[in-house]
Amino acid sequence: MPRVSLTVNGKPASAEVEGRTLLVQLLREHLGLTGTHVGCDTSQCGCCTVHLDGKGVKSCTVLALACEGGTVTTIEGLAPEGKIHPMQEAFREHHGLQCGFCTPGMIMSAVEMVRRKGYDLDERTVRKQLEGNICRCTGYHNIVKAIQAGAAAMKRG
Amino acid sequence: MYDFSYHKPASLDEAARLIAKQDEFKLVAGGMSLIPALKLRLARYAGLVDLGALAALKGIRREGGAIVIGAMTPHADVAASAEVARAIPALAALAEGIGDPLVRNRGTIGGSIANADPAADYPAAVLGLGATVVTHRREIAADDFFVGLFKTALETGEIITAVRFPIPRAAAYSKFPQQASRFALVGVFVAQAAGGVRVAVTGAGPSVFRFREAEAALTKRFDAAALESIELDPDGLNSDIHASAEYRAYCVKVLARRAVAAARSSSASSAIPG
Repeated sequence: MPRVSLTVNGKPASAEVEGRTLLVQLLREHLGLTGTHVGCDTSQCGCCTVHLDGKGVKSCTVLALACEGGTVTTIEGLAPEGKIHPMQEAFREHHGLQCGFCTPGMIMSAVEMVRRKGYDLDERTVRKQLEGNICRCTGYHNIVKAIQAGAAAMKRG
Repeated sequence: MYDFSYHKPASLDEAARLIAKQDEFKLVAGGMSLIPALKLRLARYAGLVDLGALAALKGIRREGGAIVIGAMTPHADVAASAEVARAIPALAALAEGIGDPLVRNRGTIGGSIANADPAADYPAAVLGLGATVVTHRREIAADDFFVGLFKTALETGEIITAVRFPIPRAAAYSKFPQQASRFALVGVFVAQAAGGVRVAVTGAGPSVFRFREAEAALTKRFDAAALESIELDPDGLNSDIHASAEYRAYCVKVLARRAVAAARSSSASSAIPG
């Protein structure tokens, strides 16, 4: 079986995979990083969002072997060990979740949204840019508030 | 998903060799349509040839009176390109409306038009602007490229390398997105150039097509009012749970009017010398 080697959350990682193995399977099943969730498995819900070479992707729609030599950040690697990222803190503070299943994808998308659109995000921008992430509990209201607050917190550093 | 062998060639020549050798191999660009289809077992291949390592196929440049976009350029890059925004703002706006941000980071223009989904956005721009599809063998005019439902003029093993868009005088894309998928329930791309006006319609038929009656009327007078008495025959248009053929025909007319109005106002606002 072919082998894929990449950097995951700052550390080198390597695994033997099949051609059809998806990035999300590599992360969850080979590397034990189960913070990345599979919600729909049809490339729609965004629960599996991770950063690949700095860009948000749906890891259920990327082949593991396509990531050879790449750099992946998952929800586990967003903040240093023992700390949480300002965006995670904002979701906690603003109650941006109910069941929490979509939350890792929401947070990874939110952090990438800040990279693309800057720290000052109005509600319309957040809602528009969140089209790739589906939540079945919250009605999005607090998620939007959390992302705006998280972006502002990232600006403060 | 059935298993397959995975190949990531380092050069276009190697990619062409790999894909020419095997009937049951398939090219993959961003994979945003192909991987979901494989997962649903709607498609099965012995091997995938990933074009992701071919840096020469990625990038945007201005070439005289045209914008040339490499086949492996993701939608997000087209949406964010200052060069595209200056020359063909309608194209940047169209790219910004494809799928969602995560799809736009990965999906490519070459992959989109090779797939020729009847509800995809890019085919409307390619046909509406009268673009040229460049492959590793030849150049194909947009009018000859889209042949039918998921069908193009590409030969087996032919690789798209770039798309060349002539810069129009004015253009706009107006889309009614299907609310769940963000694909075009109907999308209309209108472009006014020296040679006349082109109107391309996606989402409504089995393949993107030109709305000739509207083109003739708009070439005479580039004004939404010129479309008042123009009708699109719903016969042969798509009909499904989302919209009937009659409704789609109606949407084409409404969206064409909106696109003309938007094109007129954008050309008025961007009429700055130089």
